[in-house]
Amino acid sequence: MMPHHDFSSPDILVLKLKSGYNIGVRMYGDSEVRVTERPSDRKKDVPPREPKDGLKKLVLIGTGGTIASYVDYRTGAVQPALSTSELVNAVPELRGVANIEARVLFSIFSENMNVEHWQKLAEAVSEEINAGADGIIIPHGTDTMGYTAAALSFMLGEVPKPVVLVGAQRSSDRPSSDATGNLMASARFCVEGGRAGVFVVMHDTHGDDSFAVHLGTRVRKMHTSRRDAFRSINVPPVARMDAGGKIEFSGPGRAVSKGKSAVRTGMEKKCVLLQSYPGMDPDMFTDVLLASRGAVIAGSGLGHVNENMIPAIKKAVDSGTIVIITSQCLGGTTNLNVYNTGRDMLSAGAVPVGDMLPETAYVKLMWAIANSAGREEAVELMKAPLAGETGDRRVA
Amino acid sequence: MDYEMMCGIEIHQQLDTKKLFCSCDTVLCDEGFGAHYRKLRPTTSEMGEIDRAALAQHERHMEFRYQCCHGCSCLVDLDEEPPHDVNKEAMDVSLVFASMLNADITDEIHFMRKIVVDGSNTSGFQRTALVSTGGEVEVNGRKISILSICLEEDAARKMETKGNEVTYRLDRLGFPLIEVATGPDMRTPEEVMEVAMRLGSLLRATKKVKRGIGTIREDLNISIPGGARIEIKGVQELKMLPDFVRNEVNRQKMLLEVKKILGKRGVKPIAAGIVDATDVFRECPSKIVTAAIKSKGAVLAVKLPGFAGVMNGENGRLRLGAEMAQRARTHGVKGIFHSDELPNYGIDMEYVDALKVYLGISSPEDAFVICAAPEATAREALVAAVDRANEALKGIPEETRDPLPDGTTKYSRPLPGAARMYPETDVPPTLITEEKAAEIRASIPEFPEQIEKRLVEQYGINAQQAHQMLRESNYELFERLAGAHRGLSSVVATTLTNTYSELEREGIAATEIPESAMIGTFDMLAHSKFAKEALPDILREVSKGTTPQAAVSKLGLEAVEEDEATRIVASIVREREDFVRSKGMEAIGPLMGPVMAALRGKIDGKAANDILAKEISKLIG
Repeated sequence: MMPHHDFSSPDILVLKLKSGYNIGVRMYGDSEVRVTERPSDRKKDVPPREPKDGLKKLVLIGTGGTIASYVDYRTGAVQPALSTSELVNAVPELRGVANIEARVLFSIFSENMNVEHWQKLAEAVSEEINAGADGIIIPHGTDTMGYTAAALSFMLGEVPKPVVLVGAQRSSDRPSSDATGNLMASARFCVEGGRAGVFVVMHDTHGDDSFAVHLGTRVRKMHTSRRDAFRSINVPPVARMDAGGKIEFSGPGRAVSKGKSAVRTGMEKKCVLLQSYPGMDPDMFTDVLLASRGAVIAGSGLGHVNENMIPAIKKAVDSGTIVIITSQCLGGTTNLNVYNTGRDMLSAGAVPVGDMLPETAYVKLMWAIANSAGREEAVELMKAPLAGETGDRRVA
Repeated sequence: MDYEMMCGIEIHQQLDTKKLFCSCDTVLCDEGFGAHYRKLRPTTSEMGEIDRAALAQHERHMEFRYQCCHGCSCLVDLDEEPPHDVNKEAMDVSLVFASMLNADITDEIHFMRKIVVDGSNTSGFQRTALVSTGGEVEVNGRKISILSICLEEDAARKMETKGNEVTYRLDRLGFPLIEVATGPDMRTPEEVMEVAMRLGSLLRATKKVKRGIGTIREDLNISIPGGARIEIKGVQELKMLPDFVRNEVNRQKMLLEVKKILGKRGVKPIAAGIVDATDVFRECPSKIVTAAIKSKGAVLAVKLPGFAGVMNGENGRLRLGAEMAQRARTHGVKGIFHSDELPNYGIDMEYVDALKVYLGISSPEDAFVICAAPEATAREALVAAVDRANEALKGIPEETRDPLPDGTTKYSRPLPGAARMYPETDVPPTLITEEKAAEIRASIPEFPEQIEKRLVEQYGINAQQAHQMLRESNYELFERLAGAHRGLSSVVATTLTNTYSELEREGIAATEIPESAMIGTFDMLAHSKFAKEALPDILREVSKGTTPQAAVSKLGLEAVEEDEATRIVASIVREREDFVRSKGMEAIGPLMGPVMAALRGKIDGKAANDILAKEISKLIG
């Protein structure tokens, strides 16, 4: 007898047959169910491993997500249930690359991540690096992995070691899971890459033979289900890797160093992320903007909003709200000098932030407000590239 | 009850709908594009176990490449998008078929993931659901029980194997399949074929199944008393089913005999380890041995106490060696050599004797097996071969075997168990409500025998023809052609039975003539554009892609007017005037030859005969 499935009809009992098939059997008012036997618990104890000399130490900090998921027999859907050490044991090849330590911080899907989770995670990363880790791997749900990557990028600043967020688009209980390949690529990048910073490592194509290393502030989930959903926007990926672990960098970067990690986790939560759209009604958003200490608007095209919205922006800016402008095009930079609407937005006090992703700008704004003395300084922080989140050159 | 064998079959029939979990067409493509690289690894079931068949497959270290196809593969096939809801039409066909066999339909149908890591499914599992249990089919007065009917997805097509890399094309992946499994109720090889034919005709009666080679595949489950369940997977030729059954029964009997011989000798499981005998073979001229040594491989050997004569004995009747070799080959070696087949293959007696000394073999009952390959591979292969030899002491190991074109089989993998199944959580279960069940019962199609009876009554054709058209499942075409031209019913029936058989014997794929061409041909016949005698010639032409109109004029078969025919016949009669006068009306018989040579296909035989009789009587008065 299997646990009831959420999508199953309420009068159905799900049975597993000897053949392995599950079937739903309808129960009637006078049906009787008698349990004659229960299966034994098959939990296996895995002995702890001795670290091998000469290998670097990587710490896996589990947060949940598809990469750590197994089928949940209550809902019938996948649930992040796999412990981080189980994940490591499921990919024994990892132990050939590095000495792996694992700890579980959360066990949640990434859509349920909050600011507090980012803060705890950044502190845990810092702690492990200062305790001697040569690199940190963070198995994470993919939905908001880009946001977490951006948050860690700002909170950890000049982190001296590689911090890699890694996910899976197919859960680990599937033979075709991309978790194995992504974890191996992450570990190899941490060990052999020599780069410090916050990164996301995922498939680069449909195949299990190519991986991309993205900068944490430049990466975005661009597809709902493909293995290569994650893309670097406005820049090439930091590096590409093949199945054998060969790394090809696209340009220079910050090298790993011996220093300690310092973490600044302050975040202003009264921030919003809005998308401009035709017919956007200022009456619905004026109060939202006024109630926020910071607002990011993903404008259309070069960063525009409907001119109806400009008075609302002005009112908000005058009351102290920082209004940041990005583009919903994602590709390319904002520029409010080209058209009248843009110039009016500038006059109203809106601050365009170049080619920064809207999500990155939102996370950065929360951090900038909390980590600055006042409005002026926060705006300066928003404009300056702190973790590669924006740049002047975009090449063909 | 006394019996020599037990056999059950599983039939996999492709359905003629869209794919089971996406909206792609179910067609095969001549070309594929892309070569997406993937790996698969077995995972534990929800019960926490790894399936033995999946593990055995994984140990082969395979890598896969997938080709996409325009129109018939999408992100679902590439395992890059979750499955869509189950195709409703395919589900309905499976429910109707279950009802036709009086099976108990599952109240709520749950799709499962059946772990298959040979790469034939990009996901590493096949989606399959148990639609019904129970039911029966009657063949020649015997009731054969039905165990289950499943609805599942077909696998990708294997295009190429290079070393440990297999290339698959995604076009076939996701075709809906009905899998129907019978109980182990068949007792003769012929009965196996008859049951398969009956189930095939019931499937076709749903009118929603694909036709042609590869669209229906049979698995056989065979055991004999004292034996074990052996599954032969994927037989495509119905006519070969009895051969596979007979050969498998003989193989199992042989293995029982081997067990008896080994038992009598008191043979114990082989304890001796694998030894490196490379030094014994340094000078050996055998190609395989020299190639292995040259590429820094090794010649490994194992002593097999008590196994002499059963690996290849009694004039090749005892063949445990072949079983061991098949097992070894699954670990990546070309083969093994055992003492029953040596000296041979460039390994002369001096090396056999030297190895016997090296292994300490003195008894004539003792044997050995060797393998020349890279050391690690050879070791894995020999472990597998020795395991197989040890299994012979216990009897027949349960396994899955692949059919070979000659009617024999080879080892494929261990039989999978229940541990390979876990729920497909991306597909919601299908609840069969009372209304749905009633709707399905109401849509049960005519059974083949009902159709036969109706064809005889409705069209006045004979029962044998009706039977043949049902078996070859062209009765629907018959009904469309005969329905349009009532007067031609028996000509249509003869064409689809006798003429088709005749053409097939000549190597012409008559069944592949498009329906539109058949309709065109019979339209012309109905309008007396040619005579029915010309049908075989016209169809020969039409089968090459010629239109019926073009075929008729190309063959010079345009029907002639009666005046023209009379003129031709009259001239033939006049040329033979003396003969006609001497024979009188009896000249008709001999003269029909030249008359038909001149008029064949242009008028029908009876009309020619009438004209000839008239002309003769005119001449002789």
